[in-house]
Amino acid sequence: MTFGQLPYDLAHLLGGAVLLLSFVLLYQRRISAVINAFATQGALLALAAAWQGYVQGVTGLYVTAAIAFGAKAVLIPYALHRLVRRFNLQRGVDPALGIGASLIAGVALAGFAMMVVLPATAGQRALAREDLALALSVVLLGGLMMITRRNLISQVIGLLSLENGLILAAVGVAGMPLVMELSTAALVLMLAVIAGVFALQMGESFQSLDTESLQSHRGEGE
Amino acid sequence: MSILTGLLTQLLHLALILALAPVLTGCVRWLKARLMGRRGPHPLQAWRDVLKLLKKRPVLAENASAISRAAPYMALAAAVLAAALVPSFARGMVLAPFADLLLIAGLLALSRFAMALAGMDVGTAFGGLGATREMAFAALAEPALVLVALIFAILAGTTNLDVITGIFQEGALGLRVSLGFAAVALLAVAVAENARIPVDNPATHLELTMVHEAMILEASGRHLALWDFQASLRLTLWLALLAAAFLPFGMAAPGAGPIAWVIGLLVFMVKMAALGFALAVFESAIAKMRVFRVPEFLGAALLLGLLGAVFLFVSTGLS
Amino acid sequence: MMPLPWIMVFLPWVGALLLLSFPRLRVAAAVNIGCAASSFLLAIALFTVPHGEQGWTRIDALNLPFVLLAAFVALTTAIFSAAMIAGEGFDHWRIRAYHAAFQVFLGAQYLALLSDNLGVLWVAIEIATLASVLMVAVHRTPAAMEAAWKFFMICGFGIALALFGTILLYSAAQALLDAESGLSWAALKRVAARCDADTLNLAFVFLLVGYGTKAGLVPLHSWLPDAHAEGPIAISAVLSGLLLNAAMLAVLRAKAIIGAHPDTITTGPLLMALGLASVLLASLALWRRRDARRFFGWSSIEHMGIAAFAFGIGGPAANLAGLLHMIGHSLVKSAIFFGVGRAAQQKGSQKLADISGLIASDPWLGWGLALAIGAIAGLPPFLLFASEYGVLTAAMAAQPWLAATLALGLVVAMTALIHTLQALCFGTASPDLAAATGGAAVLAPLWLHLAVALILGLAMPAIFTGMLGAAAGIIG
Repeated sequence: MTFGQLPYDLAHLLGGAVLLLSFVLLYQRRISAVINAFATQGALLALAAAWQGYVQGVTGLYVTAAIAFGAKAVLIPYALHRLVRRFNLQRGVDPALGIGASLIAGVALAGFAMMVVLPATAGQRALAREDLALALSVVLLGGLMMITRRNLISQVIGLLSLENGLILAAVGVAGMPLVMELSTAALVLMLAVIAGVFALQMGESFQSLDTESLQSHRGEGE
Repeated sequence: MSILTGLLTQLLHLALILALAPVLTGCVRWLKARLMGRRGPHPLQAWRDVLKLLKKRPVLAENASAISRAAPYMALAAAVLAAALVPSFARGMVLAPFADLLLIAGLLALSRFAMALAGMDVGTAFGGLGATREMAFAALAEPALVLVALIFAILAGTTNLDVITGIFQEGALGLRVSLGFAAVALLAVAVAENARIPVDNPATHLELTMVHEAMILEASGRHLALWDFQASLRLTLWLALLAAAFLPFGMAAPGAGPIAWVIGLLVFMVKMAALGFALAVFESAIAKMRVFRVPEFLGAALLLGLLGAVFLFVSTGLS
Repeated sequence: MMPLPWIMVFLPWVGALLLLSFPRLRVAAAVNIGCAASSFLLAIALFTVPHGEQGWTRIDALNLPFVLLAAFVALTTAIFSAAMIAGEGFDHWRIRAYHAAFQVFLGAQYLALLSDNLGVLWVAIEIATLASVLMVAVHRTPAAMEAAWKFFMICGFGIALALFGTILLYSAAQALLDAESGLSWAALKRVAARCDADTLNLAFVFLLVGYGTKAGLVPLHSWLPDAHAEGPIAISAVLSGLLLNAAMLAVLRAKAIIGAHPDTITTGPLLMALGLASVLLASLALWRRRDARRFFGWSSIEHMGIAAFAFGIGGPAANLAGLLHMIGHSLVKSAIFFGVGRAAQQKGSQKLADISGLIASDPWLGWGLALAIGAIAGLPPFLLFASEYGVLTAAMAAQPWLAATLALGLVVAMTALIHTLQALCFGTASPDLAAATGGAAVLAPLWLHLAVALILGLAMPAIFTGMLGAAAGIIG
């Protein structure tokens, strides 16, 4: 498949849209906007998975898409919104690195991902290659978000969007065994549950969901 | 023959754009008012304002120099020339070989330059404030536009808008991630260039927030009419540019007959209406952002353009 | 009838379900020991299973010794934990959660070691992470939360990279695999020689960094000391004794696949670089620790670094030394944590400054801990001496300069360990704040581990020697 064919083009475009949402995640300042952007990303991911299922003729991918949609576009954002409202958590994302700087770093990471993946996978079909490059960018941007945000909810979303990148990669590789996607999706849910438990407990013990407040509790002070 | 058709197309196009521009502004204003629950001015009110103001003598400040007198004409001339280059209902106009994206960007920059000069000429605080803000935004918006032009250039092999439209019309390039990024970046630039919400509010006269209005605060009479007309023209131009680049279908091919033109014209009208409607809805739905966040907004557009270019560069360079 | 390896995996999980229903401490601890003991018997029985794949599991010379080791450490840890847990003062929910998480963790460990499918391997490591995060956080103090959060975030990131590497690996091989083989390690290794070399390289980098995070290799090591310092002490023992080995084995499986292609980058230098960096950083960091459990957590980083370095050199001798080192480290490090746990309980603090003169106050504990720290420092006659000697000689033959650097790191670490040994065990005794509980059941595992490490160091049974030799060949 090359450019100009619908299956390729749409898959590519959806991958790009997921990546774009990763940038939106980095760009937002308010936590509710971040959660909404994450929900959109989840929905786009589900769309990408479903489209791949249609193109590859694998029904299992529809299941992946459904799980991704249910968990990432609906359930987790809903839970996070509730968490923020119920505990009256801080509404800003409290970036450790400025928004502009993290966007620049994000573009650099995305460029890096392409420089790394595209030459290394020269032997493969264009679709898989570029999908992998996009997916790696999403993964790295998720990591960047985990690093550059002090707010707990943003860190969790960074991790979740990183998992989005993984699923994007997994659905893009034709014939990837289904076990993987199902388990990944299920595990993401578990991760969120655990993170939610954490968040609750920390909410109790600190009255704030800022990991900065944990720094003083490290095993060894100065 | 072909030159004659080209000339005819060009003249029709220019007439269309000039006539349409204030109508479009009026329509957007009217739609916004309806969406907000007001009755709103008649869509033709913008035309009436311009015509009325044209008859009035401008009042200039005592210390106004020749710049204040010349700037409106300069800005309008640049805008008209730029508008003449962007294809609307048909390709193959006589000026098509010059319809370079970089040239269009330059003409728009020229008109902005004239406006900033006019803002600063009299030495009032607001004019200077508006001019500095406008220039600060432009410093990010223009590179973003150039990067988008670069993306087009890599994909189509040229920065000529007429050719690009033709290539996209054939659909040989397909959907591209980079094009998606370019579209988002171009939309952000368009919003900033036309002083629309969330970057600027075209209807405000609140000193703290205005950018575009601050620069023409001193203008009156004929000059104000020219400024207003120029603003409308820019809006039309940008919407036409977006339509030409990303919604190229329905446009008449070079040298096509009148029937194709009529179809192209209808399609163009529909596109303009759709884009205007989208703009009105968008402006009604969101709030204006703080002035200090605008550079971030435009910076994001710039980065998106850069990302699209890098992506394209790497993928075409390797495949 | 299920294949034996499958039972090995499912037994602890069934046990975990069972344990969720026991609110009483004594019953739960006893059932926990029972589960661990049956797993240990099963692990011995696994030696009778012919080598090869059984669906999504495989048995070969590489994983058998480690399964046996894991089951052994799990059993002794369960005994130790039963003796120590009374001092924790858990309510019944935490008793349930703690014991269930322990068994879930063990099941995931066995699954990670036994799995033939790389996807299953990844899932197993992920489950192990989740279970151990729970166990680390079980005290719910702010420090425990910080440690668990760091553990969760850094390992989540690392494991995501590993999954990306797995996907890349599959994408390299997908054209050559038939539908059933999926992500089978054996199938991947078979076709690796015909895959695209560049993609394999890239996949290996991701797998190395990803699973290397869980193995405590620099640069994503920082979760390890924190996680070892929190939670019930039994957790530190299984983290060091089991989790690190499973992650390292995952790296080795990846190395075996990538190594099967003639044109890939040599995986050795990467492993050697990470290993050496881990050893040097940890050896310096050891000098600045004030918390006993963090101190020994850093020592785990150092030892995983040594093992990674050994596998980086490659060849039968170095690989064998690396495997021996992992085994020895598991045995001795968990013994140390048993001793430190006991000492911390007596002194009411796990700060190095608060613990001293253990030999004077409790000779069995003091001498046991002293011998164990000596063993972990690489002193003869324990297994770690033999393995470190093996690594150094192999390194000397291959890369004299790197060997010298490694030796420097080892010496710095060793002096730090001896320094701590003196402070903890000799000198005047610091006052005991609490009476020791549990009696012999606390110290028996410590001495048992030492005895095993000694026997393996002096005279390795022939069956193990042959098996580890074959394992060294598998890694390549």
